[in-house]
Amino acid sequence: MDIVRRNNVVVTGNPDGRAVVLAHGFGCDQNMWRLTVPALAPDHRVVLFDYVGSGRSDLSAFDELRYSSLAGYAEDVLEVCAALDLTDAVFVGHSVSAMIGVLAAQKAPERIGALVMVAPSPCYVDDGDYHGGFSVEDIDELLSSLESNYLGWSAAMAPVIMGTPDRPELGEELTNSFCATDPVMARVFARTTFLSDSRADLATVRVPTLILESAQDVIAPRQVGAYVRATVQGSTLVTLDATGHCPHLSAPEATNQAIADFLAHLR
Amino acid sequence: MTDGIEWADTAEEAYDAAPSGHLSTSMDGMIVTINSTLLDWLGLPRDAVVGRLRFPDLLTVGGKLYHETHFAPLLRMQGEVGGVALELKRAGGARMPILVSSVVKYDDTGRPLLIRTTIFDAHVRRTYEQELLRERKVAELARHQAEEDRARLQDALAVLQQSLLPATMPEVPGVATAASYHTASPNELGGDFYDLFAIDGERWAFFLGDVCGKGPAAAAVTSVARYTLRAAAMHDPAAALGTLNAVLHERYAGGDLRYCTAVFGTLQSNLETGRVAIRFASGGHPPPLLIRADGRCEFLFSPDGTLIGILPSSQFPQTVVTLDPGDMLLLYSDGLTEARVNGGRDFYGPDALLTLAMRYAGTSPDALITALSDVLAGFGPRLSDDAALLALGVPARPVS
Repeated sequence: MDIVRRNNVVVTGNPDGRAVVLAHGFGCDQNMWRLTVPALAPDHRVVLFDYVGSGRSDLSAFDELRYSSLAGYAEDVLEVCAALDLTDAVFVGHSVSAMIGVLAAQKAPERIGALVMVAPSPCYVDDGDYHGGFSVEDIDELLSSLESNYLGWSAAMAPVIMGTPDRPELGEELTNSFCATDPVMARVFARTTFLSDSRADLATVRVPTLILESAQDVIAPRQVGAYVRATVQGSTLVTLDATGHCPHLSAPEATNQAIADFLAHLR
Repeated sequence: MTDGIEWADTAEEAYDAAPSGHLSTSMDGMIVTINSTLLDWLGLPRDAVVGRLRFPDLLTVGGKLYHETHFAPLLRMQGEVGGVALELKRAGGARMPILVSSVVKYDDTGRPLLIRTTIFDAHVRRTYEQELLRERKVAELARHQAEEDRARLQDALAVLQQSLLPATMPEVPGVATAASYHTASPNELGGDFYDLFAIDGERWAFFLGDVCGKGPAAAAVTSVARYTLRAAAMHDPAAALGTLNAVLHERYAGGDLRYCTAVFGTLQSNLETGRVAIRFASGGHPPPLLIRADGRCEFLFSPDGTLIGILPSSQFPQTVVTLDPGDMLLLYSDGLTEARVNGGRDFYGPDALLTLAMRYAGTSPDALITALSDVLAGFGPRLSDDAALLALGVPARPVS
């Protein structure tokens, strides 16, 4: 199987630099890193990819069972690492991808030498003393919303509703194309993401870890950032003066600076 | 009335009382301006909103998540997002389907300043979309069902078809055999049949035939033909076909006329000489092809009998032929010789068959049937009728 094609792998930056793998979360695709790449490129070999089911990945490789657990996405990461023969790479994961990186590092420690978690959350649902920010009902509402195709209908659903999935150019014409993934696959990713609980896995992290959080983020609120910091041994938490779940887009300079500082102190 | 003053509108009022909701937020989503239409929809006073709520606060939880994971990043990347369906959370808990478009305003240096958002009431459209979606689900279900039914039917037909043919060819001492059946369509039962079985310790019977028509009715005749011929095999070939003729005629003469063509034969092998004596009769069937080891080939046009089942009693004269080591006898149905070639203008025909058979002279029934199967497979969808093949041969060196 051609993993590079399957995951739409793009390698850029300095070929002699340490590899930095940028992993998008639930929502869009590797385009999310467009403001991060220029800051990393001079000194690092930058690896971008789309998870199967997102962006320009090979949708025919989608397997609902595999991608119904974060371990399946971690397989994608490790297969990309193997295809490029990466060792000791820095894995930068946004949102749920931060947890996918933890799983990948657990399984193949030789591949991943450091983690950068951007707006991570090991569990989105409140559970006893743990405040994920959402109730089970909230998540159910999101999933049923996605399932009844209400949300983002016009952006993502139009080609499917029109019954012309064999005419991808219709999708291309949509202005919202960066996030116009297949709705069925998006639903699977959403379910896997928002019903995941990786809290136990956080304690297994043994590599230098940087946690970046937004000052204002409804998806990964401050309590969650503090929880991740307290659970990952020796991790560093940086709170960015940013709003929203995508500080790498809304506050790119601050995000890039924090990542650069972290990378500079590795080894 | 005509001075125009009463007809004039101001940009301010047009904004405030527009039939669509309008709001502006700072880049972090905090609402800085909102029009009255949108406040009405929300059921909130202006001072509870401006400077106090962010745009995602106006949405349902699902909408908030969608906003954070899709809408906001897209807006950052593209500077605008158009026509996204979300739901507004109204005071009192009701929800209102909306369509949202946003655009980022930049300063002269390209720094993003604020976000302008327009919101349309999407009640009607949402109903329409839901109806579309419902219809699509119904259609998908129906298509699924149809595909399943079709697969079930094809399975059933394949099993039925197989039941009309021998599961495996028996081992005949001193004789090599091979057979093949090609189905023209998985959606239809064909009417061809063949068989090979022991009559007694020394003699074996074989037959290959073709029932007129296709489908379940033809398959029923095939079944009758096969078991009648099996039961009548202890008689000589002419009598066996005579019995089949009588049975079919009696059974179908009334209204639904059904008939078939067939070659029925017996063979007896002399293990000392290696020679095989064959005696056969034909009822309206394409002539068997004799392929001598040295390449001489001939169609055995016997004094042909009539179609089987048409007349109350028919004669089926017999032909006797002896196979020497290396010789073969090929039985086939007209599905082979009447397959369309050259874009449908011509039949595959006996000449092409003869030419191919000459090339395989002195080989084995297996090799011959394999070659003919390749020819049939090459016809692809142009194979309009089922085709049955049965080859009998004496191995070039006698079996020890």
